[in-house]
Amino acid sequence: MDIFLKYLGVFVVGGILCAIAQVLIDKTKLTSTRILVMYVVTGVFLTAIGVYDKIVDIGKCGATIPLMGFGYSLCKGVFSAVDQYGFRGIFTGGLADVATGIVMAVFFGLIASFISKPKSKNRSRNGG
Amino acid sequence: MSKDNLTELNAPEYEKMKQRQSMKSNLLADCVIAFVSGGFICIIAQVFKDIITSQKLVGLLNTADEKSASALTVLFMVFLGALLTTLNVYDNIGKVCGAGSIVPITGFANSIVSSAMEFRSEGHILGVGAQMFICAGPVIVYGASSAVIAGLFYFLFTM
Amino acid sequence: MAHKKGNQTFILDKPVIIRHSACIVGQKESEGPLGKYFDQKADDDFGMDTWEKGEAKFVESTYKKLLSGCDVEENLIDCILAGDLLNQCTSSACGLKESGRPFFGLYGACSTMAESLVNGALLVDGGGINNAVCMTSSNFCSAEKQFRFPLELGCQRAPNSQWTVTGCGAVLLSSGGNGPRITSVTPGIIRDYEISDTNNMGAAMAPAAASTILSHLADTERDINYYDLVMTGDLGITGRELCREILKKHGVDAPKDIYDDCGAIIFDPEQGTCAGGSGCGCCASVLCAYLLKLLEQKHINKLLFVATGALMSAVSTKQGEPIPGIAHAVAIENV
Repeated sequence: MDIFLKYLGVFVVGGILCAIAQVLIDKTKLTSTRILVMYVVTGVFLTAIGVYDKIVDIGKCGATIPLMGFGYSLCKGVFSAVDQYGFRGIFTGGLADVATGIVMAVFFGLIASFISKPKSKNRSRNGG
Repeated sequence: MSKDNLTELNAPEYEKMKQRQSMKSNLLADCVIAFVSGGFICIIAQVFKDIITSQKLVGLLNTADEKSASALTVLFMVFLGALLTTLNVYDNIGKVCGAGSIVPITGFANSIVSSAMEFRSEGHILGVGAQMFICAGPVIVYGASSAVIAGLFYFLFTM
Repeated sequence: MAHKKGNQTFILDKPVIIRHSACIVGQKESEGPLGKYFDQKADDDFGMDTWEKGEAKFVESTYKKLLSGCDVEENLIDCILAGDLLNQCTSSACGLKESGRPFFGLYGACSTMAESLVNGALLVDGGGINNAVCMTSSNFCSAEKQFRFPLELGCQRAPNSQWTVTGCGAVLLSSGGNGPRITSVTPGIIRDYEISDTNNMGAAMAPAAASTILSHLADTERDINYYDLVMTGDLGITGRELCREILKKHGVDAPKDIYDDCGAIIFDPEQGTCAGGSGCGCCASVLCAYLLKLLEQKHINKLLFVATGALMSAVSTKQGEPIPGIAHAVAIENV
């Protein structure tokens, strides 16, 4: 039962975060990049005021995998670095904690640019 | 505009006409799909995290502390998003799932890898290297900057 | 020599004949409702390693196809008027660099086909130039890259957005020979109704289309029923209905059997193309493959072809500028 509740929390929190973004996409003229920026900044803010920790308690990966979790890691990283190194930590902590994701994506992007090409989308039905 | 033959039309009125004639997206259906697909992607991440922190693997992968387990999970999800993009699959997922596949970190990986692939035709330095961040760059810029501001306040309050 | 009538219409006095036409489209277009009219299709990259080279290859191949199908010697082509959507009209320039004939690059966004026809018709009517080639192309993949997002980015299309047609159409305007004639042209006036939404280009262009149609009818003192068919360029489904409504407001009733839109008929909405097709290859391929065939087979005898363009750039939209629209009208008749 515990495991079921845990996964339910992951699913619902992750789902809600995505559904809110979908409302923004459909109802406003915002492009997806703008919405992602909003999400990261919101994530940093909610973490700074201590709210996002509670969401992560319930949502686990449902809260850390959506891009707000990126803001959460950034903010947590900065706070713990400030605790550890003082002033210098303000600038070193953030990216250090999200570096794994960014570097992986960058490196993979470079590899992909060598081995794969975008495919023409002007083909099959259903916009495939 | 003395020669204007559209005498019966002005901009505010046309805006209303546009709103009326424009096709609307199906908000409820879109949201349900985004909810389910987004939730599902998070479940995949949670399953992966549970596996790497299980009894057998925790020693091997050094995932006893929360931070490394989370970092490895993010790494896996980024890998997944990047791989599906390289295989020309992720854009088809995005067409159906919408925000459900944009908001998770897999979408972030997709935005970097898809830009890299698109601009390979402009060379690997000024094409791939420079244009890789056309979609993801703003996220990093505003994420890092807002974290600095948050850190500054935290530093001042804990001094 | 042409003479001016009314505010902005020019009546051609000499015969300007659409002697021949050719068209090549992409895969998706050939699967659409007009598929059977398109006799040649190719992939977006046309076997080349970049989309841009692929589009240039579309232009080159269509030009060759036009020449191979007609009885006019290559060295009698007096000029080529061509345009496309890419920056600085590179597809047209690269595609026609081997042609060895005088070249003018035109840019009127999606209205370029009518723009080239207006210019070509006036040149041929003016004398001196006897054979002018008018052609335009667009390419889905290269246009996406320039105006929207990387192809592999997972995102949804807005419901009123339009799908750039991959295709190239070319016609040979001649002072002799057989074929339908261009009898009058109405160059358009820029119209701006403060639409800045790039996902609703039909709405940005509809006032321009309506304005040009109204001007043409007023200048020539004709009723819309004079024409068997009035075809706007690529307003798409949303824009077509807006244009119909604007026309109605100004006392011109444009029923479904007289007025339609190239962008709205080239795709089936089932193909995932939202509001329909766009791009200067859209109305060019519909004109060359479909409308001219209707004229040839005498299903229609009087056509008003009104290509519409959205005069924006990637920079102007990022700066939030509104999108001005333009439309040029060309009357094509069996005489």
